[in-house]
Amino acid sequence: MKQIQIVLEGAGSLVQLLIRTLSYAGTLPRQWARFIEQCYMIGYTTLPIVAVLSFFIGTVLALEAGYSMEGFGAKQFIGSLVGLAMARELGPMMTSVLLAGRVGSAITAELASMKVYQEIDALTTMNIPAAKILVLPRLAAVLVMMPVLIVISNIVGWFGGAVVARYVTSIGISSEAYFAALRQYTGFKDVLNGATKAEVFGFVVVLVCCNIGLNTRGGPREIGAAVTRAVVTSLIMILVLDYFVTKLLE
Amino acid sequence: MMEASCSKTRNPFTGAEADAVRIKVDALSKKFGELSVLRGVSFEVKPGEIFVIMGPSGSGKSVLLRHIAGLEVPTQGSVAVDGLDPTLESTRERVRLALVFQDGALFNSLSVYDNLALYPREHRAGDENAIRDKVMRSLRILSLEKSAGQFPSELSGGMKKRVAIARALVMEPQLLLYDEPTSELDPVMGATISEIIATLRQEYSVTSIVVTHDRELALTISSRVGILMGGKLMSLGLPGDLRNSRDPRIVDFLNPKIDVEHPRFKELETQDIP
Repeated sequence: MKQIQIVLEGAGSLVQLLIRTLSYAGTLPRQWARFIEQCYMIGYTTLPIVAVLSFFIGTVLALEAGYSMEGFGAKQFIGSLVGLAMARELGPMMTSVLLAGRVGSAITAELASMKVYQEIDALTTMNIPAAKILVLPRLAAVLVMMPVLIVISNIVGWFGGAVVARYVTSIGISSEAYFAALRQYTGFKDVLNGATKAEVFGFVVVLVCCNIGLNTRGGPREIGAAVTRAVVTSLIMILVLDYFVTKLLE
Repeated sequence: MMEASCSKTRNPFTGAEADAVRIKVDALSKKFGELSVLRGVSFEVKPGEIFVIMGPSGSGKSVLLRHIAGLEVPTQGSVAVDGLDPTLESTRERVRLALVFQDGALFNSLSVYDNLALYPREHRAGDENAIRDKVMRSLRILSLEKSAGQFPSELSGGMKKRVAIARALVMEPQLLLYDEPTSELDPVMGATISEIIATLRQEYSVTSIVVTHDRELALTISSRVGILMGGKLMSLGLPGDLRNSRDPRIVDFLNPKIDVEHPRFKELETQDIP
């Protein structure tokens, strides 16, 4: 019963934080520097690891597909499988998981530390809402940077698949054939669906991590606990939302 | 002792007048779980007064200050700043309130200069040149000009406290709340801080509430002093009344004798835990 109460309280404070943050949306143009800083943190610094991860997801997909589809004589469709899987599911999902682990944990640690060391209280007494200067720029930045990360993730993942398809001798498909199959079955709508999913996941991850950080009480140990809670909650939210957003976008 | 006489505060930087702030604490009680920290505390602070709250550690002084700053919601009773609920954003928009935290609560990712400039920048109080003038003037008052480019992690405890006071001054507050403003400071800087608090009262009629253990500060510059013990307001009066108090707890608190033959902790050891 207490667990249900905690979940409901968490959901309530999440909605409250969202409403409060949106009420300051008009101040975003005056927070240009903070917005750019967050775009750098969320986008630029995450890019290399997203690229590496996506490349190897693409390679593993092509490899597994190659072994499985060889028996059916359907190797020429590897490109379409990698293309669709990356664009619709694995690109958005893995990029969001990475965002939760890398950016979300950093956000929670920073805000929890500010809360524990009374910096958030200082902001409150100065009539500078935390939702305005700490949450809004991060939410805006993730909305702008997620599609960029997804597009790069897809391209690198497709390329990774092409490398395996071409150079693993047991598969041995030409890059032309691989990309022809990819283009034939992977459309703009698939990429758009994936990007939409990523937008939702990224937004929720940042909101959850901000909310948990801002509600931290106690000392240094609680900061660590808050980071763990934020990442675990984000991962659960990504997986749960994945089903519903996929269903909605059908 | 100083008497409150003005009904208007003046902005220390611009000289602009604003309504002075009156505080009313009415039967305030606060519980954290089962722990009762404040028990029916009531008092009023007149506009322009320096109201000092003293009391032993753990008596609820800082929690009381956090209620006045609107950072805590009372379990029972109420706090009114100019008749308004201090927990509401609309109250903070109307009344400029500054709280000097015990540990400074400086923004660790910002330099000292940016810590002070944050408030005027966010509230668009003038262009960057005007903001620089205000910030540097506040830093000069606290002898901190050379620390403008440093980060809080590079400062000593006393310097952090002075930066926190400088940050409060830049806010041009109508109500200034100090949580242990002279702890961790050397005696000269402690006296300087006491003088700053008194000057803000004398020249600008800023209402001040000071939580402190500093007996000198309390008896020298305060308009009235309240003694908080075990979450209750045990005494409220003029500094002279406090000096002449015959209540043994207050006498012991203000003039503690070091008794090596009969140490206090031995007595405490034998007391039953409630």
